[in-house]
Amino acid sequence: MKIAIASGKGGTGKTTVSTNIASYLAETEKVVLVDLDVEEPNSKLFIKADLYNKEDKFKMIPQWNQNLCTLCGICQEVCNYNSVIQAGNTIMVFSELCHSCYACSELCPTEALPMIPVKMGELTHYKNNNLDFIESRLEIGQELAVPLIAQTIDYVNNLFTDDFIKLYDSPPGTSCPVIEVTKDADFVILVTEPTPFGLNDLKLAIETMQELQKQFGVIINRDGLGDAEVENYCIKNKIPIIAKIPNSKEIAHYYSRGMLIYKQVSEFKEQMEKVKRYIINSMRGVLK
Amino acid sequence: MKEIVIISGKGGTGKTSVTSSFALLAGKNAIIADCDVDAADMHILMQPDYEIKEDFYSGELAVINPETCTQCGICADICRFDAISIINNKHVVEPLSCEGCGYCARVCPVNAIKNIDLKVGQYFISNIKTGTKMVHAKLGIGADNSGKLVANVKNEAKKLALKLNKEFILIDGSPGVGCPVTSSLSGAHFVVLVTEPTLSALHDLKRVYVLVKKFNIKAACIINKWDINTAVSSEIKDFLKKEGILHIADLNYDEAFTKAMIQGKAIVEIEDSEVGKILKESWETIKKNIS
Amino acid sequence: MKIAFTAKGKDWSSSMDPRFGRTEYFLIYDEEKDKIEFIDNSEANQEAHGAGPKTAQKLFDLGAQVLITGNGPGGNAASVLDKMELKIYIGAGDMTVKAAYEAYKNNQLKKF
Repeated sequence: MKIAIASGKGGTGKTTVSTNIASYLAETEKVVLVDLDVEEPNSKLFIKADLYNKEDKFKMIPQWNQNLCTLCGICQEVCNYNSVIQAGNTIMVFSELCHSCYACSELCPTEALPMIPVKMGELTHYKNNNLDFIESRLEIGQELAVPLIAQTIDYVNNLFTDDFIKLYDSPPGTSCPVIEVTKDADFVILVTEPTPFGLNDLKLAIETMQELQKQFGVIINRDGLGDAEVENYCIKNKIPIIAKIPNSKEIAHYYSRGMLIYKQVSEFKEQMEKVKRYIINSMRGVLK
Repeated sequence: MKEIVIISGKGGTGKTSVTSSFALLAGKNAIIADCDVDAADMHILMQPDYEIKEDFYSGELAVINPETCTQCGICADICRFDAISIINNKHVVEPLSCEGCGYCARVCPVNAIKNIDLKVGQYFISNIKTGTKMVHAKLGIGADNSGKLVANVKNEAKKLALKLNKEFILIDGSPGVGCPVTSSLSGAHFVVLVTEPTLSALHDLKRVYVLVKKFNIKAACIINKWDINTAVSSEIKDFLKKEGILHIADLNYDEAFTKAMIQGKAIVEIEDSEVGKILKESWETIKKNIS
Repeated sequence: MKIAFTAKGKDWSSSMDPRFGRTEYFLIYDEEKDKIEFIDNSEANQEAHGAGPKTAQKLFDLGAQVLITGNGPGGNAASVLDKMELKIYIGAGDMTVKAAYEAYKNNQLKKF
């Protein structure tokens, strides 16, 4: 079972939900939480677990071999990303702009640009009883999240069978990295806020999920903070509301201190129980 | 004419709420540009009329001409993104997987593939409730914000500011630390960093400030919800002091922000709001520091 | 000395473009010949990403010895420019090209 936890906009509490629900589920189930917000993974702040494995993740980029190069200029011409630049009699490669398409390397007439692996990020795997936690982090300066996300999902799928509940903490927004995360998921939980901004961004996220033909439900975070428009919208469009997490300064405070909230606040725990039931029911195929 | 950019690094720190407040305070003197196109929200508070709409193109996409394609399969062999599949015995490009690298078009023996400009969304020029104009955009599904899109929105804003003789351009900047935020900052006169006292927000603030420093732009910081965690707030203040960033305000955690948003208003439009008052002072401070 | 300016227009009275990678034009002033020419940079402006290194590459081919601009080039562009003997002066983003040249002559611009 693979579940992506996503949100249209940043700062809606996506990480709060994913870390808490993962820990709560792990009290009774086998759970893997994967932080795929690879530009800014911060789930680890909330998860206490022991280091189990660490791997560097690589992407392929061309490396200039000065001795073979005739400075013909083809590499620069075929690169659509400005990652290969000919400056006088030097060929420069900008790793963070390179999409690893191999065009420059394979179209070079003298094989002067062989592809070599460079580190683009690091995958870290932690364990705590029933909970496996995996995060990947892009190296500073690397901009392309999709290849690292794809490799991380491969790692998870190779290591864990489908009887594990796999929770993917997705980056915010509706761009390529989000699609990379959600396209592999069985269903998607969208976390939103009951505000006009939250509703606007939720609608964009819903459009994306419909385009990808994904089953999804909504968690309203900070319920009571704003108005009822998000809830009305979900009811009107028959979108399941999985849980409503109350707005409270107490929750915000525990969050800012990097603490798991369901262990401190009972009304929050009730909502996690709802999410848990929803997930377990969908695993049993009740929703299908 | 002065270009002021509001950025945060992390999402959800209140950047757009702060920007819209400044937009109200600047009134007719400013052109507004929403460069946070991944989660463009300024329009909710600004009542735009979408006067001018233009399609926006960024990046490329391969297209196979079924008439000339001989189904030789070379394109599918060299594609590193698995973007070319065979459907009904024909090679086709899967648009969401294609990265527009153009390699397939270069190796096709019969020139059946060409790269077309990819439509990623629309941008708009609108009249807004403050009696001025706003440039904003909406991205399509799976489309990425890019340096080009941000530059485009800013260019339109700048043209309008020059033509209409405006004093300021107020830019709701892009999130993150990548190419779009670089483009948001390029050419700016002043940066306002909006942050909150959480460990992740502080972490992002430090990363985005590296860019600000590279561009030699004068920076100021507003700590939103500072009272949620005063320990992290002091950590932020230490960072500001060390870097010589002007600390202009601490805003209380205040649900009036959201209450105003629900009425389609910026917080400064709410009478007697404490946070609104502080933001008015902040705007004065910014104006003083910019000239 | 060949001096390159990032500019919004094609002559001395144009405003400077404070940006490097996505500058609209380069104006190149050849001090010896007292000649000024402009180069359209709209091609780099069409790039979704990586406008900086592309523009730097172009400047490289133009063979200027001095660059006068606003914010200064970003990281990638700067590393291309590093490969050439180029002195970069910044802080001229709000001037006209003419004023920027005078400020440079009077040593009023900051070195990058």
